[in-house]
Amino acid sequence: MVSLVENERALSPESDPMLPSRYQVRRVRRENADTFTMELAASDQSGSVLFAPGQFNMLYVFGVGEAPISICGKTRNGLEHTTRTVGTVTSSLGRLRRGDVVGVRGPYGSCWPLAEAAGRDVVLVAGGIGLAPLRSALQTIVAQRPLRHRVTLIYGVRTAEDMLYLQELERLRDRGLQLYVTVNRATGSWRGNVGVVTSLIPRVPFDPLNCVAMVCGPELMMRFSMEELIKRGVPEQRIFLSLERNMKCAVGFCGHCQFGPEFLCKDGPIFRCDRIRRWLNIAEL
Amino acid sequence: MQDLETIVVHHPFWQNLHQRYSHFLGECAGTQHFAPQQQIFQTGCEADHFYLIERGRVALETPFIPGKGVMIIQTLEAGEALGWSWLFPPFVWHFGARAIQPTDLVVLDARFLRQKASEDHEFGYELAMRVGNVMLQRLQATRLQLLDYGQPR
Repeated sequence: MVSLVENERALSPESDPMLPSRYQVRRVRRENADTFTMELAASDQSGSVLFAPGQFNMLYVFGVGEAPISICGKTRNGLEHTTRTVGTVTSSLGRLRRGDVVGVRGPYGSCWPLAEAAGRDVVLVAGGIGLAPLRSALQTIVAQRPLRHRVTLIYGVRTAEDMLYLQELERLRDRGLQLYVTVNRATGSWRGNVGVVTSLIPRVPFDPLNCVAMVCGPELMMRFSMEELIKRGVPEQRIFLSLERNMKCAVGFCGHCQFGPEFLCKDGPIFRCDRIRRWLNIAEL
Repeated sequence: MQDLETIVVHHPFWQNLHQRYSHFLGECAGTQHFAPQQQIFQTGCEADHFYLIERGRVALETPFIPGKGVMIIQTLEAGEALGWSWLFPPFVWHFGARAIQPTDLVVLDARFLRQKASEDHEFGYELAMRVGNVMLQRLQATRLQLLDYGQPR
């Protein structure tokens, strides 16, 4: 079941799925040295939009190009996207300021299994900017959390300075989130965990037989996290990964993001582990 | 309050170990408390003890590196084993360890363990497999760390 974050207006591609809508940059918030969160609102002021946590939009910088960016949250009038400047399009996105206009297509793709998570412990494993696609799921789960179930975020970053949404995570921790952060390199006054995110999976308290795990990060980190979760006893059917490939059209036309029998853009990006595990070992995919 | 033998054999490192070794382990073990920032062992010193973390958090550290200082390689927590240099010649610590939280350790005499392992090969096998498993996990973690997997998606 697709769990939707509010339902004021669906941001659906119009008759031509390749035609973007005009959105205005409302706010740009810097998260760390190379990562920023951009709030976008429809230029026609038609209000908020509907999306499911885990879905993505295609953001089009006019004259530059288009890139798939996860929707990481919503505000009163718009959607938030956190991205890192790694390529031409994301660098151009990073130079946009309040009032600039971008093209938006979406939302597209599958979503995190929030309905399945109800009544179970929830473990989110994020690596680096992989926290962004999990953010709205995390907010929703913590808000709906029954007291008897644990919500745990295991978050691995390169250094403490690379952490995203620090204040927000602290607020969520006050509301019951079990937060475990580890850094790859300890810098400054960091006194927390040092090491890879996978090393925390065996240490963290949760019920492996009655939990749902959601994993997002670099693919290598996801593969090892998946293996650790399985070793811990989490059934494959309750482990979900958000994959990333070269998405172009986002609607299954172009085939750039084909992954075995699936298209990441329309069948993914979120997949149940048992459905894709064997494809992960095929180098050509 | 638990006696020492119970504390030692209930540590996850010794999980499912035959109970005939419990008394021996109890005899060669003690406990030690470390305050935050207190050094547990130093690079280059004799590795004469094997440590099991009961409570707290320990940082494995490099020696001082000019321009960088002392760098933390990894942190370890309750339920984990600390160090394996005590099992292999030249029995010298390759890295240092420091408590970063109030930490309680079970401290086992490395000479006793090595002696027992050479006399009782079943115990030696158990010990080698357990230390080997710790090394395997640390090696895999180090490989991932080297790949710096927290890179952009």
